[in-house]
Amino acid sequence: MLDTTQTERHTLSVLVDNEPGVLARVVGLFSGRGYNIESLTVSEVDTARQLSRISVVTSGTPMVIEQIKQLLDKLVPTHSVQDLTVGPAHVERELALVKIVCVGDKRVESLRVADSFRARTLDSSLNSFVFEVTGNSSKVTAFIELMNSLGDTEVARTGVCGMTRGNNIDLVG
Amino acid sequence: MSKTQTAAMMPGAEVILKVMEAEGVDVIFGYPGGAVLPIYDALFKNNSIRHILVRHEQAAVHAAEGYARSTGKVGVVLVTSGPGATNAVTGLTDALMDSVPIVCLTGQVPSHLIGTDAFQEADTSGITRPCTKYNYLVKKSDRLQANIEEAFHVARSGRPGPVVLDLPKDIQMLDAPYVEHKSAAPAVQRYKPVTSPDKAVIKEAVKMMKQAKKPVIYGGGGLINSGPHASDALHRLVGKTGWPTTLTLMGLGALPADDRHFLGMLGMHGTYQANLTMHNCDFMLNLGARFDDRVTGRLSEFAPFSKKVHADIDPSSINKVVNVDLGIIGDVGETLEALLAEMEAQSFRPNDKAMARWWEQIEGWRSRDCLAFEQAGPVIKPQKSIQRLYEMTMDRDVYVTTEVGQHQMWAAQYFGFHKPNRWMTSGGLGTMGYGLPAAVGVQVAHPEATVIDISGEASFLMNMQELSTIAQYNLPVKIFILNNEWMGMVRQWQELVHGKRYSESYSSSLPDFVKLADTFGMKGLRASAADDLDDVIAEMLATDGPVIADIRVEKEENCFPMIPSGAAHHEMILGPEDEANKSISEEGKVLV
Repeated sequence: MLDTTQTERHTLSVLVDNEPGVLARVVGLFSGRGYNIESLTVSEVDTARQLSRISVVTSGTPMVIEQIKQLLDKLVPTHSVQDLTVGPAHVERELALVKIVCVGDKRVESLRVADSFRARTLDSSLNSFVFEVTGNSSKVTAFIELMNSLGDTEVARTGVCGMTRGNNIDLVG
Repeated sequence: MSKTQTAAMMPGAEVILKVMEAEGVDVIFGYPGGAVLPIYDALFKNNSIRHILVRHEQAAVHAAEGYARSTGKVGVVLVTSGPGATNAVTGLTDALMDSVPIVCLTGQVPSHLIGTDAFQEADTSGITRPCTKYNYLVKKSDRLQANIEEAFHVARSGRPGPVVLDLPKDIQMLDAPYVEHKSAAPAVQRYKPVTSPDKAVIKEAVKMMKQAKKPVIYGGGGLINSGPHASDALHRLVGKTGWPTTLTLMGLGALPADDRHFLGMLGMHGTYQANLTMHNCDFMLNLGARFDDRVTGRLSEFAPFSKKVHADIDPSSINKVVNVDLGIIGDVGETLEALLAEMEAQSFRPNDKAMARWWEQIEGWRSRDCLAFEQAGPVIKPQKSIQRLYEMTMDRDVYVTTEVGQHQMWAAQYFGFHKPNRWMTSGGLGTMGYGLPAAVGVQVAHPEATVIDISGEASFLMNMQELSTIAQYNLPVKIFILNNEWMGMVRQWQELVHGKRYSESYSSSLPDFVKLADTFGMKGLRASAADDLDDVIAEMLATDGPVIADIRVEKEENCFPMIPSGAAHHEMILGPEDEANKSISEEGKVLV
């Protein structure tokens, strides 16, 4: 029996045909049934076979998560649905670009923080930086929060992408 | 597609018809327009596919649904771009909700005009994405054949549903390759629904069945969609187990109505015995039903003492609203065969002692005679009119369609179905105006059969333009209107839930249905008093052509029994005298 009370956060990795409307189908499935999308990334991953991978982070009760996986799997262009959260161990990464505008001590401090987060400096002017930071979502969020406290910021995040550890490869069946 | 075969080149419109012929299509329901003229031109020269011209695109889809539900084949629709496609949307949604296999071809403006707000342009693939099982905007001529073949495969396999092919006019006109297939196998790799149930799961299910002391079989539309063999297998399962069986609105006919194990329909307007059996059971075998809210009533008290096994071809139906103990994914016909074989292997014997006690309890509920009504005086009781219609057609192979509302529920309660595919009704979407065009499709598929649209006067007016279609093809459809001059179910809810404030539910300015029939060259009949009823039904059935029968029934009759909105199975209202004791909760009022 599936739990219907506790909300969980899951990262799903979906391999689909890269055809017109496929993203709309996936997004429509969530919006039409009132499910939550916390982050979504999509890009073609196999040009020859025209496959795209959609990584989506969603939250809901185990019953809802199960329903989402079944509905994704039911879509005609879907080849596979992996629930990275319940599967074998997996890695997740997110990339963010953070522009910070500040001067003086705060400018120096922002560089120091960036260094400790292993962020790269992509652009700098006399009163600004653009940093690139990569990591799991909580690290990215922590970096952004620190930057927020040091100056005005603009943020672009890619959303989460992930895959299982080990030698298992998600292939087209 | 085999590489060794050479492709013949021909205009896209001809490819479309060729593929449809190969898919076994013999009839299309449609309405022409600018963006589908090349297909209509190809149809003009085609001798094997019949076209039925409807009078509104919504009706084309309902007619195709009637055709599909009564034959088990894919229904095909052909409409133009823009308004043609948007008018079809209600029918497509209806087919999606009730799992009806439909392929709908929509015209589209030429490729180079897409996105320019061209005349009669609509984003058909965008609009129909959430109301189809799948849809295509065909952009390349060399994919035309593969797209259409896949569309038919998707529509009819797994849990059936509607598929839209949006066809730009240039694609219809340009030459496209067509390869004649030697084998019927579709050139499809990616969509492979599971139809054979897992053996270990079947074993587990039979183990659970053996423990059952108060079992119930709850069958749904999947039994019909699976094909007549599923109904046959259900019959054998019921014979072998002796278990009480109830069917949903969509499942009626899967078990003969006169089978002593049949408890009638369950749910909001189901029988007392069916709902009480569901409420008190200790084991539930759901075969191809989906725990619809009209069936379950209040979820927190739905069959609270039971273990539940749910067999469904759609994995996303399992654990969607009701958490079950075991899910069986597969075609319900195959599942039934597997269960029967495994019961043999595990030497299944029904628990006679427990079953005798259980049936005694059930017969107690059945003896309440929840469908009893009293026909006193000259005013026709709507229940009586359906009961007589059923009794007077028992010697025929009858196909019944309905609209939506009180008359639909009375038809489900008082008309007995003995075979699958004889009952066409809009269950999930509840589309008023479904029955008349659906009857068109049924009659086209079964020209010799008696096809009756049990209708209400309000629903009938929603698609009455189809009288013209019926007249054109001289389809001998019998339109049996339960005329109470109200949107009866709306009126009933306003009486029960909204303090008898009958807001906008009166059917004002009705036509004279007898004269209306006359203007279309049909026979019009009227029964105004109980004494007229048999004569009118007899004359209707004796008439070779189409008939409109205006049955003037009791105006303020309510449909009982009823589970009030938001209540549970054991909280049924049995009749008017019961009404006062059971008021509808505030939570219930929010529900539809």
